[in-house]
Amino acid sequence: MLGSAVIVFREVLEAALIISIVMGATRGVAARGRWVLGGIAAGVGGAILVAAFAGAISDAVQGRGQELLNACVLLAAVLMLAWHNIWVSSHGRQLAGEMRKVGHDVSMGVKPLSALALALVTFFAVLREGSETALFLYSLSASGAGGTSLLFGGVLGLVGGVVLGVIVYRGLLAIPLRHFFSVTGWLVLLLAAGLAANAAGFLNQAGLLPALAPQMWNTSAILSQGSWAGTLLHILVGYNDRPMGIQVLFYGVTLVVIYAAMRLVGRQHEQSRTAASA
Amino acid sequence: MAAEYTLVIKNHRFEPSEVTVPAGKRVKLVIDNRDSSVEEFESHDLRREKIVPGNSRGVVWVGPLPAGKYHFYGEFHEDTAQGNLIAK
Repeated sequence: MLGSAVIVFREVLEAALIISIVMGATRGVAARGRWVLGGIAAGVGGAILVAAFAGAISDAVQGRGQELLNACVLLAAVLMLAWHNIWVSSHGRQLAGEMRKVGHDVSMGVKPLSALALALVTFFAVLREGSETALFLYSLSASGAGGTSLLFGGVLGLVGGVVLGVIVYRGLLAIPLRHFFSVTGWLVLLLAAGLAANAAGFLNQAGLLPALAPQMWNTSAILSQGSWAGTLLHILVGYNDRPMGIQVLFYGVTLVVIYAAMRLVGRQHEQSRTAASA
Repeated sequence: MAAEYTLVIKNHRFEPSEVTVPAGKRVKLVIDNRDSSVEEFESHDLRREKIVPGNSRGVVWVGPLPAGKYHFYGEFHEDTAQGNLIAK
């Protein structure tokens, strides 16, 4: 029972952490709870569909369907996270300033498209991790003997993942408002870079991208990616103990491009505000 | 056509649990899961992860690999599903 709890917990962990960061990063966005919940619900539905057609997906595109689907889902999430961060760099300071002035959270209306972006990040996270969890739980329930106890373990793992996500979210809220959006901004930036590196891994597995270098470094003796600390860092900042060259390249390019776009948009916004007040 | 190697999963074990492939070549691994339960073929050494549903096959391309020993395992049954790939 404990074994299946740990397996499901590990699968759910990534989605739970991504959702808690998204919830933190979108503090002050009107009706974000509804958007995120919608994303989770759609993700669960999508995950069950993906799990049901796992065989067909795996066989598609000469046996590369699973890799391509994973890479697409990851890259789409990267785009949405980038979009969000660039939007925040033009509105975040103003939002934090207003919250400080009134001493509590204020809501700011957003264009439906920006809210949709964060709902989609949630959707993609749940879709990817959820389909593996659904497959696992389904095969447990189908295996009969001892299946119920294993299934109970699986549900326990699921609940554990959700609880951890809530704890991380509460922890984020404890960050002083002055620093809040810069912390969540960095979290989102590193998260996006890590997901891009994962996508590069899947595209290499599908044979569409060269490795460039089979192994850039090996820090598995210091911090193994299979350990809990390594797993957490892998999810949060994209830590990889033995990355391929193409993964390091994707990580770096994603980081630099999003950061540059944030600075650019932030500066333009600052200038237009100064011009308006002059 | 690249060389093809089959790893059968039965009773949550790989068969063979050790497979030897040529180094410096792209190699096709067929993971033939004959259990009714899903398995995730995973290898940090090979940087590969692939879900293989019950009673079905999955293809994993590896290499070209430098000569050496590469560990792989089934993530959903880690206590029994263990194996190594030797490239030489």
